[in-house]
Amino acid sequence: MPNDTFSAMRQSIIDGAPDAASHLARQALAAGIAALEAINHGFVPGMHAVGEQFGQGKMFLPDMMASAEAMRAAMAVFDPELKRLGTERPMAGVVVLGTTKGDIHEIGKILVGTLLSAHGFRVHDLGADVAGEQFAVRARELGADIVGVSALLTTTMRNQRGVLEALEKAGLRSQVKVMVGGAPVTRRWAEEIGADGYAKDAMSAVALARSLMEQKARSLLAEPV
Amino acid sequence: MRPKLELLDRALVERILGEAFQLIEDPGVRVAPYVVDMLRSAGVTVEEGVAHIPEALARRSVELAPREFSLYDRTGKPAVRYGGDQVHFDPGSSCLNILDPKTQQSRPAQSDDLVRLVKVAEMLPQFAAQSTAMVCNDVPQEVGDWYRLLLVLWYSDKPMVTGAFSASSLHTLLELLVIESGGSEALRQKPRAVFDVCPSPPLNWSEFASQNLVDLARAGVPAEIVSMPLAGATAPVTLAGSVVQHAAECISGITIHQLAEPGAPIVWGGAPAIFDMRTGKTPMGAIESAMLDMACSQVGKYLGLPTHAYLVAGDGKAVDAQVEMESGISAVLGALAGINMISGAGMLDFLACHSIEKLVIDAEAIASAQRLIEGIEPRGESLAVAMFAQTGLHGDFLKLKETRALFRKEQHFPSAVIDRGASGFAADILGRARERVEELVVGYRRPEISSEWEQEMLAFAEREGRKAGLAELPGVTNVECTRE
Repeated sequence: MPNDTFSAMRQSIIDGAPDAASHLARQALAAGIAALEAINHGFVPGMHAVGEQFGQGKMFLPDMMASAEAMRAAMAVFDPELKRLGTERPMAGVVVLGTTKGDIHEIGKILVGTLLSAHGFRVHDLGADVAGEQFAVRARELGADIVGVSALLTTTMRNQRGVLEALEKAGLRSQVKVMVGGAPVTRRWAEEIGADGYAKDAMSAVALARSLMEQKARSLLAEPV
Repeated sequence: MRPKLELLDRALVERILGEAFQLIEDPGVRVAPYVVDMLRSAGVTVEEGVAHIPEALARRSVELAPREFSLYDRTGKPAVRYGGDQVHFDPGSSCLNILDPKTQQSRPAQSDDLVRLVKVAEMLPQFAAQSTAMVCNDVPQEVGDWYRLLLVLWYSDKPMVTGAFSASSLHTLLELLVIESGGSEALRQKPRAVFDVCPSPPLNWSEFASQNLVDLARAGVPAEIVSMPLAGATAPVTLAGSVVQHAAECISGITIHQLAEPGAPIVWGGAPAIFDMRTGKTPMGAIESAMLDMACSQVGKYLGLPTHAYLVAGDGKAVDAQVEMESGISAVLGALAGINMISGAGMLDFLACHSIEKLVIDAEAIASAQRLIEGIEPRGESLAVAMFAQTGLHGDFLKLKETRALFRKEQHFPSAVIDRGASGFAADILGRARERVEELVVGYRRPEISSEWEQEMLAFAEREGRKAGLAELPGVTNVECTRE
């Protein structure tokens, strides 16, 4: 596989160009290139570059949304192929996301979901105004590794605690990492309610989700057999 | 001449309104079941929860809304006049955290913090109204909204900006105000409070907000629409586009409100902000957020309606130069825009935190803004010649009787928070703000409130509190100490 094709793939993600990404993905398959090779050497490095440039203040949220869209366009080409071959892109983790009960604000959570998907997480977005019990039920059904709870309002932020209680009640708390976010949420609040992590923005939510997955893997290894 | 600043020319205001009327018809406005029948009876098509409001009906509703109204203080005097170019300020509302006065670290607010803030705001003439500024974390969540109101009523004579946290709790808050006013008709005649009601961007009047609009209209208690387009996230990225959305949310809200009770008082208000494309935060101190407030308010004024905006708030986490620069600039801009009620003073950290020290510094910025809009007056027949006739070229103006007669009108005298070279005060502004807060708290005297009224309020609070397991009334319990 010529390096300039990989670099074109990488660039299509940085440019946030879904048509180009999709075209390059189709071209790769037609040329007999393994889907996983194209993903891991072409498109994923694009997302990493985007994350890096965002961190340096050179790219902005609309750029990142467009990059995530381009990533989705490429994956839409590869997914049927991966399924046909019975292989799967290595998945970073299963995340159940939602905005807390009484709160209908979704923008921050959608941003987090988009970026997590682009970084290889399987994201199930439950929407807004989601009760704690609903988080627990869906987390069980979907085998969630992480539950992410968003709240925009100072008044609904308190309902994040209810999600933790519902997970506890459902006996899921030890299996599921909980991350919280939203405008009024602080690290101290996250600690107070016993969440596993707090992210101040969508990009740090990706870093947090990765670190929670590592913690989870470590705790599984440490568990007595 | 009263100085005034407008950001939009007439043609652009017309264009904004033209598109706003277009939006409320198509794609329409999401509304709650609570108002669907009422809208349909007025000829509005409502399909799958979306109301398509015709321009003619919306224009009629805007016409029906009062051009002006007053909020009254405890003694029944009009103390806040909504309408025209009147400018008033109140502290920001419903904050969950406070910068601890000692540590200057953010922590959950308690009833005593709200009481302290109310006392300070009561002492500052810059604040024509109080607000239910903080959510008290030492009372159960279920009583959170009315408990704030109880504390403000308990410690203040001023009118107030408040709001309910749910559709049903509005009635508890209204009940409290009815007790305070001495009956629902008295409350309607002389409302003490205005209630913030927030549509959800874009163009969504949720169950809670729809119901609050209707119930407030029927109670005759003023409603203040707080439309919050976030430019680039939940609203068009362009400032003009976000002003259109704000107008569409306000006009649709006014339509619902006026259909419920024609002529009921309502305010064209908001807390718009830009969406920061690096952090996803909504900076209230950004100049573009202030520009949105000014432009949104200008559109409301063009329609002849009373206005409100959220300004005088900064985004840093400490009472520092950034926060005060942002707050000071927007206080001045809000005043120049002639916005009737400007909420937000005291707040920082993207409205997540209140600071009483910041409130007293903001009061100085507000006083300067208030002085600014008094403008420059030609006092007397001669501007300078008559004074020169007395002093000649000696320049000894300090001795002139005109100087003595006019300096108080010409110059605003800030408190010691502002360093004008007087000695005996702390060297830094935070230190001086702390001293000022202390001075105001010590000087505060609780309003004279009849014991009969107090008993009625306490009975109400105990009854409602009991439902939520509230064992005592924090902030109210030391009533004996404050009674003099």
